[in-house]
Amino acid sequence: MKITLKVWRQANKDAAGSMVTYQLDGVSENSSFLEMLDMLNEQLTSQNQEPVAFDYDCREGICGMCGIVINGSAHGRYESDVATTTCQLHMRSFRDGDVIEVEPWRTGAFPVVKDLVVDRSAFDRIIQAGGFISVNTGSAPEAHSTPAPKRQADRAFDVATCIGCGACVAACPNGAGMLFTSAKITHLANLPQGQPERRLRVKAMIAAHDENGFGGCQNVGECASVCPKEIPLESIAQLNRDLIASMFRGDGKSTD
Amino acid sequence: MAFTGLVLIFFLLMHMFGNLKVFVGQEAYNFYAGWLKAEVLYPILPHGWFIWIFRVFLLTCLVLHVYCMATLWAASLRGRGSSYVRTNRRQQTWSSKFMRWLGLTLATLLLLHLLMFTIGGVTFGAFEFVAHDPYSMFIGAFSQWWIVLIYAIFVGAVCMHVRHGFYSAFTTLGINVGPGARQTLNVLAYFVAGLLFAGFILPPLGVLLGMV
Amino acid sequence: MIMAATVKKSAKSYFSVGEEIQDTKAPAGPIDKKWETRKFEAKLVNPANRRKLTVIIVGTGLAGASAGATLGEAGYNVHSFCFQDSPRRAHSIAAQGGINAAKNYRNDNDSVHRLFYDTVKGGDYRARETNVHRLAEISAGIIDQCVAQGVPFAREYGGLLDTRSFGGVQVQRTFYARGQTGQQLLIGAYQALQRQVAAGTVTMHARHEMLEVIIHDGRARGIVTRDLISGEIETWYADAVVLASGGYGNVFFLSTNAMGSNVTASWRAHRKGAYFGNPCYTQIHPTCIPVTGEHQSKLTLMSESLRNDGRIWVPKNPADAEKDPRTIPEDERDYYLERIYPSFGNLVPRDIASRQAKYMCDEGRGVGPAIAETDHATGETVERRRGVYLDFADAIGRLGQKAIATKYGNLFDMYRQITGENPYETPMRIYPAVHYVMGGLWVDYDLMSSITGLYVAGEANFSDHGANRLGASALMQGLSDGYFVLPNVINDYLATGPFEEIDDSTPAVAEALADAKGRIEKLLSIQGERSVDSFHRELGSIMWEYCGMERTEAGLITAIERIRALRQEFWSNVRVLGVNEDFNQALERAGRVADLIDLGELMCVDALHRRESCGGHFRGESQTDDGEALRHDDEFAYVAAWEFAGEGQSPILHKEPLVYEAIELKQRSYK
Repeated sequence: MKITLKVWRQANKDAAGSMVTYQLDGVSENSSFLEMLDMLNEQLTSQNQEPVAFDYDCREGICGMCGIVINGSAHGRYESDVATTTCQLHMRSFRDGDVIEVEPWRTGAFPVVKDLVVDRSAFDRIIQAGGFISVNTGSAPEAHSTPAPKRQADRAFDVATCIGCGACVAACPNGAGMLFTSAKITHLANLPQGQPERRLRVKAMIAAHDENGFGGCQNVGECASVCPKEIPLESIAQLNRDLIASMFRGDGKSTD
Repeated sequence: MAFTGLVLIFFLLMHMFGNLKVFVGQEAYNFYAGWLKAEVLYPILPHGWFIWIFRVFLLTCLVLHVYCMATLWAASLRGRGSSYVRTNRRQQTWSSKFMRWLGLTLATLLLLHLLMFTIGGVTFGAFEFVAHDPYSMFIGAFSQWWIVLIYAIFVGAVCMHVRHGFYSAFTTLGINVGPGARQTLNVLAYFVAGLLFAGFILPPLGVLLGMV
Repeated sequence: MIMAATVKKSAKSYFSVGEEIQDTKAPAGPIDKKWETRKFEAKLVNPANRRKLTVIIVGTGLAGASAGATLGEAGYNVHSFCFQDSPRRAHSIAAQGGINAAKNYRNDNDSVHRLFYDTVKGGDYRARETNVHRLAEISAGIIDQCVAQGVPFAREYGGLLDTRSFGGVQVQRTFYARGQTGQQLLIGAYQALQRQVAAGTVTMHARHEMLEVIIHDGRARGIVTRDLISGEIETWYADAVVLASGGYGNVFFLSTNAMGSNVTASWRAHRKGAYFGNPCYTQIHPTCIPVTGEHQSKLTLMSESLRNDGRIWVPKNPADAEKDPRTIPEDERDYYLERIYPSFGNLVPRDIASRQAKYMCDEGRGVGPAIAETDHATGETVERRRGVYLDFADAIGRLGQKAIATKYGNLFDMYRQITGENPYETPMRIYPAVHYVMGGLWVDYDLMSSITGLYVAGEANFSDHGANRLGASALMQGLSDGYFVLPNVINDYLATGPFEEIDDSTPAVAEALADAKGRIEKLLSIQGERSVDSFHRELGSIMWEYCGMERTEAGLITAIERIRALRQEFWSNVRVLGVNEDFNQALERAGRVADLIDLGELMCVDALHRRESCGGHFRGESQTDDGEALRHDDEFAYVAAWEFAGEGQSPILHKEPLVYEAIELKQRSYK
């Protein structure tokens, strides 16, 4: 395949960026999107031009490191029949002669580091605010002492599959991080072990979400539509229910 | 935002119901308007008190609704960051995309609407403010095609705003519990939005076409 | 492509033999009392003194994140480092299958002793008994801890945990979270770590890569890192350093490891005196999606449970390779595993299934696209098909497509997404790939390496799996080391601290800094003709050919010579563009590949000296009359711990004899 790439090049966080056009020939339709970018970088290196920076690691769709907006949709979801990460999008989704536009996640909470690489540490800070169950190592009771109903455990699992890639924020017209936040809230809210901190958690995580520069949710649904793990939009309603319920509780008011 | 929005939608439904009385005739319409202004909850409240309590309540809702919108908009502008060279949305609808602009359109036309029918002081051709005879004002206004057109834009904006707003409000209140619930909410939202559009546009159309 | 002039030397000339070593930390007494005794005898640190003691942890996978969280909870001042942008991305996240624990919830004769026995036997009697027993003892507590953290393990309708049997063991002791157990366990550990970050006990340094370990006064006292965004070279001081930096399967270039997985942290420590244990012990997984072309950057594993219902075959006639497999009649197919191993058939152990697939493809009977590869015998580029069919037609005919979809639906979808082929209609193609290394830095019972104060945990150490790892044991070991072992032994060492203050002017620090900076300057100054990736690919090709599924003395010697030539070319002809003071991924990779080249040579030396077939390692010179693996307990029942003897010097072999008191040694057979 022969393709034309328009890639966002930006030297660093503060520099101005622009789209730069490259031609790439001999791309295998069996290669993944990132392997195609590898090929571009080999070509650039051989021409003594600096390669394009992009994040990648596992290349099997589970680590959440990769994330590029391809032809205007996060992870190139628009080009794919199924939910996908950038690394699992294959070139057979494109045609010979295509022009492909490649941009980084653009959203206030994720500043661009270089080219297609962004800083997603805001997600870590949301988790730090309360996305955990407080249990010190060694203090756990026997695993079978608290049964967890299968249906709820399955629901917890469905949202616990979030890989923290940030596509939801990248796709959101408001730059909100609600799908990510609600996935963690819903995961822990559906397990008996998550109950004691449930109200406190939702308040703290939403506060951290807002403090870290994410926008507000307008229930548009773009987030869920690009999510590579298909975290359902209903998780946001679960978060809202918990948030409303927590307003009538004192949790988190006078402690520390 | 969600709560105030739902209050306003409820108000619109009632208002629409009242408007339809124009088809019954001048007496019935004016009686209803008079009752609304003076008689509701009488004798629990003195004559005319309810309408003011209700107006204050509505205005508060509206102000809160706008305030929430402003803070959310500010957060979104900050959250959005720089814009993409190209975007390809998969879920966004026209309603949700232009929610805020629709809201602003609504607010502007609402002001005009209040000036014309409630506060008074503006005159457009055959239309003139007449206290205690809203029926005449109604006929006077909507017998002119261009006022109907502006009104149609107004009601169209209402319809689109409510289409996303109704669904979104219930989602924010946590009612969206699953794909089934989401579908039900969306169907209801389309129904309510369609109902409002039809209910509000029919009486002016009736006037214009000489059916009233 | 470099063709080294192969000088035939004897195997012995590639290394020298040093003194035997012993693990001195495991206490005397019966095997099931040793851990208790060790915990009792270890010196304690007063809670009030803990925050004065700093621990550096490199890596945030299962071992690193769990150790960071637990040491933070204990009150130590922890600094945690990872090269990814968030600790949640470590490659433990990709583990699919499950985690073993001797809970005996199934009432099926499981026990700590049975898990211990299975692990030692599975490791083909090349693991240290004391460590493995402790692992089995701790296993049950790991499940309790993870459940309490909110890990959504699979459950039954009664709300209790579900378990399954895994990797050929006869008891159902494997806990799982669908096909994403590693992800769920890592997220649990990550959350615990983030809780400590919020509490202020752990300071997280993401996008930092360790380049050197600082050794002062005989103790590991800190590390040198590169900030991957700004390029800044920084020093960090501590009273103890823990390496939990994972495995080095990427030495083969194509593996199921993440692209970033590397050996640099371990290798830098090795060069400073940490012995490397059994570097050649690699696990090769038979059911991976085959290579499709030169563009390929990594391989994807599919659960080997597929072999329960799929039948493996190749065409009898190489000319049929390009035919639609559905049109090849039954009698023209060779179901080779069923033919050679009638009793186990398609369920033979991983190493046998892998090796036979390689033989079939070497014979020219492979299927799938023909890919250019170097014929290492002639040095010429040839086209070979590297794949065999894994056919579900029989199973679909017998059980129906729906039943197969219920069992393997997600794997079939994954296969379809990657290959673009529908496995319900055409047979899958599979080929073996590297996915785990049992080897790693040598550690004692306390997980301390041969450098005082340098601890190694998880896949980065060599300790628990011997020559082959049982399925669902990697997650168990990582969490055991991090949650329970390290936090109960590191205090024994820290109790002697805090140690003397050091700073950038301390000679050991200045030297480490200069080494790190010097290497980077050197890499940037070469400005040669070849990209970093091209070296990595060539290294991988050599390793896979000679140090992969089957090894021979002649092959390994050839490999060592080629790697030496490759190293020379690397350091004179690599092209790394850009500068250090920038986000420079080519520079990151160059440093990692340089260390992988050095490691590759040591792996070949280790493989060369171990003239026996054991675990997953088939040695051409050591087989039975009917071509099966032959172990030599009389000669090789030891851990090979390699000492770095200096640049250009042959490594020194220290043997740690393996003593089996609780378990009797046996030879395995699958015919």
